[in-house]
Amino acid sequence: MMAGTANIRDLVARNIRTSGIYIAFVLIIALFAILTDGTLLSATNVTNIILQYSYILILAIGMVIVIIAGHIDLSVGSVVALTGAVSAVLVIKNGAPWWVGVIASLIVGAMVGAWQGFWVAFVGIPAFITTLAGMLLFRGLTLLVLGNVSLSPFPAEYGKIAAGFQNGLFGGNGYDVFTVVIFAIAVAGYSFSAVRSRRARLGYKQTVEAAPLFVLRLLAVAAVVMWFGWQLAHARGLPNVLIILAVLVVAYTLVTTRSVFGRHVYAIGGNLSAAMLSGVKVRWVNFGIMLNMGLLAGVAGVVYSSRSNGAQPAAGNMFELDAIAACFIGGAAVTGGVGRVTGAMVGGLIMAVMSNGMQLMGIDQSIQSVVKGLVLLLAVAFDVYNKRRAGAR
Amino acid sequence: MSTTILEMRKITKLFPGVKALEDVELEVLDGEIHAICGENGAGKSTLMKVLSGVYPHGTYTGDIVFKGETVQFHSINDSEAKGIVIIHQELALVPYLSVAENIFLGNERRGRGGLIDWNRTNSEAMALMAQVGLEENPLTPVGQLGVGKQQLIEIAKALSKEVQLLILDEPTSALNDDDSEHLLGLLRKLQERGIASIMISHKLNEIEEIADRTTILRDGKTIETIDMSEVASTQDRIIKGMVGRSIENRYPKRDHNVGEEMLRVENWSVGHPTQQGRIVVDRANFNVKAGEVVGIAGVMGAGRTELAMSIFGQSYGHDIKGELYMRGERIKSRDVSEAIGHGIAYATEDRKKYGLNLIQDIRTNISSAALDKLSDRGWIDGNKELAVAEEYRDSMNIKTPTVMQAVGNLSGGNQQKVVLSKWIYTDADVLILDEPTRGIDVGAKYEIYTIINRLVAAGKAVVIISSELPELLGTCDRIYTLAFGRMTGEMAVADATQERLMELMTQERDPKTMTEDKEVLS
Repeated sequence: MMAGTANIRDLVARNIRTSGIYIAFVLIIALFAILTDGTLLSATNVTNIILQYSYILILAIGMVIVIIAGHIDLSVGSVVALTGAVSAVLVIKNGAPWWVGVIASLIVGAMVGAWQGFWVAFVGIPAFITTLAGMLLFRGLTLLVLGNVSLSPFPAEYGKIAAGFQNGLFGGNGYDVFTVVIFAIAVAGYSFSAVRSRRARLGYKQTVEAAPLFVLRLLAVAAVVMWFGWQLAHARGLPNVLIILAVLVVAYTLVTTRSVFGRHVYAIGGNLSAAMLSGVKVRWVNFGIMLNMGLLAGVAGVVYSSRSNGAQPAAGNMFELDAIAACFIGGAAVTGGVGRVTGAMVGGLIMAVMSNGMQLMGIDQSIQSVVKGLVLLLAVAFDVYNKRRAGAR
Repeated sequence: MSTTILEMRKITKLFPGVKALEDVELEVLDGEIHAICGENGAGKSTLMKVLSGVYPHGTYTGDIVFKGETVQFHSINDSEAKGIVIIHQELALVPYLSVAENIFLGNERRGRGGLIDWNRTNSEAMALMAQVGLEENPLTPVGQLGVGKQQLIEIAKALSKEVQLLILDEPTSALNDDDSEHLLGLLRKLQERGIASIMISHKLNEIEEIADRTTILRDGKTIETIDMSEVASTQDRIIKGMVGRSIENRYPKRDHNVGEEMLRVENWSVGHPTQQGRIVVDRANFNVKAGEVVGIAGVMGAGRTELAMSIFGQSYGHDIKGELYMRGERIKSRDVSEAIGHGIAYATEDRKKYGLNLIQDIRTNISSAALDKLSDRGWIDGNKELAVAEEYRDSMNIKTPTVMQAVGNLSGGNQQKVVLSKWIYTDADVLILDEPTRGIDVGAKYEIYTIINRLVAAGKAVVIISSELPELLGTCDRIYTLAFGRMTGEMAVADATQERLMELMTQERDPKTMTEDKEVLS
């Protein structure tokens, strides 16, 4: 088979690793929708899930890049706490404007990233150790900065970053037209780029899915996205944090798939020696990866402090584990070299839907933890199994 | 007349697509030192792995008769239980454990309650060390000792297992002259005690000096077994046996059209990255001209890969000295991107480990060393990249349904074509190809040679590193020989014969010109 089109079976067989996760996602949503009598998919709850897990998703974007390169970052929870604390001290304690807090958080996050990048890339300390140290270090600094007490509340503008909505701009009766319009634009943009890339691939005689299948896929995506927008429009409108998240997802999808930097990240994770012998400046790329992770932890710090309307010494506890789990559930390989931003997002959403669904059902925290642990284990076992099968071929 | 201790009859071992051994016969007499000779890939190591049970009974055909009884080994433990112990070229010692711990590793001396009896361990280790002439504290970590002493520890370890047949795979390749001498003396001492040895070696002087008989393998077959005491001028006979095949029409014709000098390497010395004081490449000089194919002939361990990788952005080694000239101008090559920038490319001998990202597709691998050409301010032009990959798929005849195929799913020959595509796409002027046809079938080899011819026809300079002499004679304009880190000869291909090359490749160091190469004792 040279150029041409592929049918569903080919596509599923070839992409079982990546498509498996979407199937699992749909099944999990269906399961909890039934178990919660539809509450899971209600307008307010959908909005809630976004607000509640956005910072994990933001962390997962940076984390998936770290993991593709074959590293790990255990410190992000502490960095979220530290950046939020710095912001709170400036804005709440010293009365600085809200944007000063935001910028300070981002700068502190980037500094933390540069610090860890230095040790990982230039001194050669494994990221596991560097960030384990960072986890303790930045938690300690958080306590110092906060003087061991919580700070709250932030001024209203700061709170709007994570808890605010864009709505009412175009009016609407019982729902928000603006939200629907934005989602419609997003769907149109997605369809346009999908058609363009399909044409380009055909031009280069690459295999693409058959035309009816392609249209079907576009319609399915459009339907799901529009339904999601419709639900949001019926609740409180378009959450600000969703805009931040969407921009980050699009930007980092481009970075990982289209940029030289992204390519080098995959090269390092896939075969470090080959990357070195191909002229990749491995140290600088590793430094960049950690720097970026710090910066995104700063963004998550702003979002989290805004949502919780303050800074607490214990903020961000265990966030790193959720972010890491999101990446692995989303198909990133434990050995590096494989992973996708979109996969990590779906992985994060699977965790989010499960937690949220179990909370709605009133399941005990202890059981929730057990279930999440098992899901993570199974997801990675699936990955290992796939790889072994591929290796045996 | 001594009796036979080991007989291997009609051993045939198949790997997917390759017949590694075909009806090989080997007979070792009681208490003799038996050498095995052959080119890289002749089947020596495979034969020893069959004998020691690394390839278990059932994965090969033929019989092994040890001390009159037919044996079936299913693992190394089985063969060791019978007293057959193999010492590999890459020593298998744990650097952070002590000498005594290493000697009894896997075979611990236990006392009450299954706990290790340290007094017994250390005192028995002392006794074994005395037998091999190693004067060290048994508590010293092995990593602190030189290679020569580590080799002795391996032998002590073998003795602790009550060895009756000792197999040594190139035991002296990493040793200096004194250590080699000591080791050979030790083998003779063991011989007096009735322990037979099989020794694989490329050093013909050494074989002539120590072996009672020598079996020659070539292309997976036994050529002959020579009684070293009977035959005159044995070295010549061994060389003839090793290289005896003729060059058929396996190499595409090419017009020789040599131009200006491209790369010149002067006084190039490379130190071992971790073993301080060990010189891997010793003041090597060579050059290659535009439109020329230059061969570097050397056996494994001669320093060929180390020479190439150290030139390619100091990818190997420590304390690298010497000068590089590109088109007569002095250049520096401090890291890989600098080397690529000067137009140097190096295609590794181990494509899976160092050459390719196996989990990525063909497209990504081809572009990986030259993303600059495909990108604008850090963003890759995906369509152009795809076009480039398609172009190379056609021109290099990479057999694949799509360039989006993961490289790990390709055959060896096609993987090698991807590696070559990757480096050709960097627009390199000098391509150093390290064993470019290793592990690929004859048809794909021919294609690789055709690609090399196309490169030099376009005015590129090509350096081929190989231990396959017919390949060098069939493809090169000029050949250098490298032996034990030193360039031992240079000749036009018209003047070269396999015998002559083999002689220079196995030429041992002249002690007078040898640089300081004493092992470190810390």
